Amino acid sequence: MAVTATYGDAHADPHHVGRAAEHPGPASKRIVTAYGFWIFLLSDIVMFSCFFAAYAVLADQIAGGPKGSEIFDQRNVAIETVCLLLSSFTCGMASIAADVRSRFWFYLGMAVTCLLGLIFLVIEFKEFADLVSRGYGPSRSAFLTSFFSLVGCHGLHVSAGVLWLLTMMAQVFAKGFRADVLRRMMCFALFWHALDIIWVGVFSVVYLLGSGV
Amino acid sequence: MLGKLDWSAIPFDQPIPLIAGAVVLIGILAVLAWVVVKGHLPYLWHEWITSVDHKRIGVMYILLASVMLLRGGSDAIMMRIQQAIAYQSQGYLPPEHYNQIFSAHGTIMIFFVAMPFVIGLMNLVVPLQLGVRDVAFPTLNSVGFWLTATGALLVNLSLVIGEFARTGWLAFPPLSELSYSPGVGVDYYAWSLQISGVGTLVAGINLVTTVLKLRTKGMNYLRMPMFCWTTLASNLLIVAAFPILTATLAMLLLDRYLGFHFFTNEAGGNVMMFMNLIWAWGHPEVYILVLPAFGIFSEVVSTFSGKALFGYRSMVLATMAICVISFMVWLHHFFTMGAGPDVNAIFGIASMIIAIPTGVKIYNWLFTMYGGRIRFATPMLWAVGFMVTFIIGGLTGVLVAVPPADFMLHNSMFLVAHFHNVIIGGVLFGAFAGFEYWFPKAFGFRLDERWGKRAFWFTFTGFYITFVPLYVAGMLGMTRRMQHYDVAAWRPWMIAAAIGMAVLTTGVICQIVQLVVSIRNREALRDRTGDPWDGRSLEWATSSPPPVFNFAFHPDVRGEDAYWDLKAHAKQQSLEHESPEYHDIEMPRNSPTGFVCAFFATIMGFALIWHIWWMVILGGIGAFATFVVFAWRDHDEYVIPAAEVARIDRVNLEERRSLVSMAGAV
Ligand code: HEM
Ligand SMILES: [Cu+2]
Repeated sequence: MAVTATYGDAHADPHHVGRAAEHPGPASKRIVTAYGFWIFLLSDIVMFSCFFAAYAVLADQIAGGPKGSEIFDQRNVAIETVCLLLSSFTCGMASIAADVRSRFWFYLGMAVTCLLGLIFLVIEFKEFADLVSRGYGPSRSAFLTSFFSLVGCHGLHVSAGVLWLLTMMAQVFAKGFRADVLRRMMCFALFWHALDIIWVGVFSVVYLLGSGV
Repeated sequence: MLGKLDWSAIPFDQPIPLIAGAVVLIGILAVLAWVVVKGHLPYLWHEWITSVDHKRIGVMYILLASVMLLRGGSDAIMMRIQQAIAYQSQGYLPPEHYNQIFSAHGTIMIFFVAMPFVIGLMNLVVPLQLGVRDVAFPTLNSVGFWLTATGALLVNLSLVIGEFARTGWLAFPPLSELSYSPGVGVDYYAWSLQISGVGTLVAGINLVTTVLKLRTKGMNYLRMPMFCWTTLASNLLIVAAFPILTATLAMLLLDRYLGFHFFTNEAGGNVMMFMNLIWAWGHPEVYILVLPAFGIFSEVVSTFSGKALFGYRSMVLATMAICVISFMVWLHHFFTMGAGPDVNAIFGIASMIIAIPTGVKIYNWLFTMYGGRIRFATPMLWAVGFMVTFIIGGLTGVLVAVPPADFMLHNSMFLVAHFHNVIIGGVLFGAFAGFEYWFPKAFGFRLDERWGKRAFWFTFTGFYITFVPLYVAGMLGMTRRMQHYDVAAWRPWMIAAAIGMAVLTTGVICQIVQLVVSIRNREALRDRTGDPWDGRSLEWATSSPPPVFNFAFHPDVRGEDAYWDLKAHAKQQSLEHESPEYHDIEMPRNSPTGFVCAFFATIMGFALIWHIWWMVILGGIGAFATFVVFAWRDHDEYVIPAAEVARIDRVNLEERRSLVSMAGAV
């Protein structure tokens, strides 16, 4: 297609946008990847907001079962929150390490992130197991249904994140900091930080507001 | 070992699904055998199944939609026959079977006909119109398609193994809860939509990123063809709305599988929450389908009127307005549920406001035609037929959006007639127009015009004969989803509708004949110039079918109607320029990832439906392994050398020069 740049500027620009505002052409791969992943994250957040909405609707439907304030253990939740916030920090460190191509700091940052993520998951799992053993499982009431689903959905995302994280470490180990590996790392970091933000939402809406009830 | 699956799952006592299933199975086996014997398997595998070329994927989407249209159409025929004969009798379908048919019909038509058709057209055309080489994420694109195919496969499996939902196409609880629907029907429904929904979301992300980030040089937002705009709007809606469907179905599944209480009647579950969630997805879904059709009509009307689109900017504005408002009206789907007059009034008004941008569009199309040199080729016929039909559908829609009227018409045949009016007149006509319009681009030859026109006229008249009677029956008080009835006044209208269905079917048959005839005559119908309709946007600037890389150079766009301007200038300068310098082009490699993913998704979906847990785990591990293997690949691109690009491009240029010099001589 030899249609490029062959006709003169005599052809008026109908909207007078001027050459300065001309679109320069397709964006780079890095930008395209990050952009696409952002959009995915937005859609994921929409999904979470449905579970938030369900929680808001069902929170009072305890059907004779326990209320939130009776089952939430603030200390556990505080530890969970600290773990997750710290892991966001270490994940950021790993990203920086990847940018400056430092394998040692990259592995260290990712390993700590993984560890913090696992601690979070273990605490959450114990909380769930404990509730179920007391007969307060998700089928006890609509409130518990929505609680388990919202928190569990976040937990599932963290688990998937841990799997992804391990895959990333293996990739850097096998392939080094190649451009495509770095792009994936960028997506992973976005994902992990987004989980953090969602947890802040869960923490406030479920545990903070819930214990006041 | 096999969960709930045993021999009783196969309906030996019901001849209709068994025979239908057997015919389909024999058909599939025959095609497979033919493919293998003729040695086409390697070709299919390398050129289609593993292809990540957006054009090929687009074609496969459309093929899937067409096949499923025949399936959904057969359901429609069965229902029309049933209602025609089921006056004071049982008809020929047992009630539980009839219920499965209307549920399957609605589900298939929306999710496996309309969606893949418009997504296929967008995939095929948008990168070409934007002047780029591919979509943003080619491999993901293939994954999206194959997951959609998995969903379709699961729905069809339900025909012979087990049953389909008897709940209608939106599976309202509490009917869809375990206590009222203990069989696997709802599970088939939910898992096939869940899996294909992931595919749709992937396609949406892909197309949004493509339109926003991959436009050729000079393609400012206000120079994009209308179809790109409506694609953007529609896919933004997909990204925002499909996660709601995913979440809602997940909740329903949790209720059914683990005894949760989201929508149950017990323990504080809330059925209205389902209604709100499903329609918060469902109403935008209507616009996800119809906006791309609007885009197609815009392209078709301006091409066949030989004029630039009238009021391009107001059209863009109207599109984006619809995109936003469509999220704010969902409650009109349950005016009768007792939300109160204030809420109803607000949502009623919002629903009517959406008629304004839609009206703007209609006027713009009319003004585009006004004073133009109109050619009534087949795509243009579909466009004009659409305008007439859609106006009627829109008017009846405003009627059901008025709360008091809705109390009368809710769930009546009037409503059924209205939404078919909109969805057939809008989406299906749009899909057909796009099919006829872009077919030469995809395959390099035009479709037979005579059969195309016959198809249009039969479909168009058949449509009215089918659905006008349903409006009447609705006014006479007939409610929807009736398996049989005793009111004599409805009977003639049902018979009329069945006759209409026969005419409509003739239209579909004409379309099949058109395809066969055109393939037979493809040499005579060959399109050598790449521009059979004297088009205005960039997809016509490359050869038909386009080379894998679409464009040897990214075109440089200087205004709206990019290719039209180029042609006008080329006539003055007669396309003379120094021989361009070609460069190597990198293209993404084919990948079986999509197909393998879908393979495991099918296994997992089937196992989940039948509670075969070991198989679920197997499928899950397989899917994760596919992901890792794909992530492990080292070379995801290959290079087309400059010499090869030059060779391909010169052929195209030669054809085009002869076209321009001929046009110049006129
Ligand atoms: C080809 C001509 C068609 C005919 C004759 C037809 C006929 C019917 C009939 C008889 C029903 C059941 C009405 C009732 O008793 O409740 C129905 C429902 C439905 N149809 Fe169609 N249909 C056609 C095409 C389509 C298309 C193209 C779509 C969408 C793209 C579609 C979407 C639906 C939906 C969503 C339902 C509601 C199903 C439910 O009640 O759950 N139909 N159709
Ligand atoms: Cu609506």
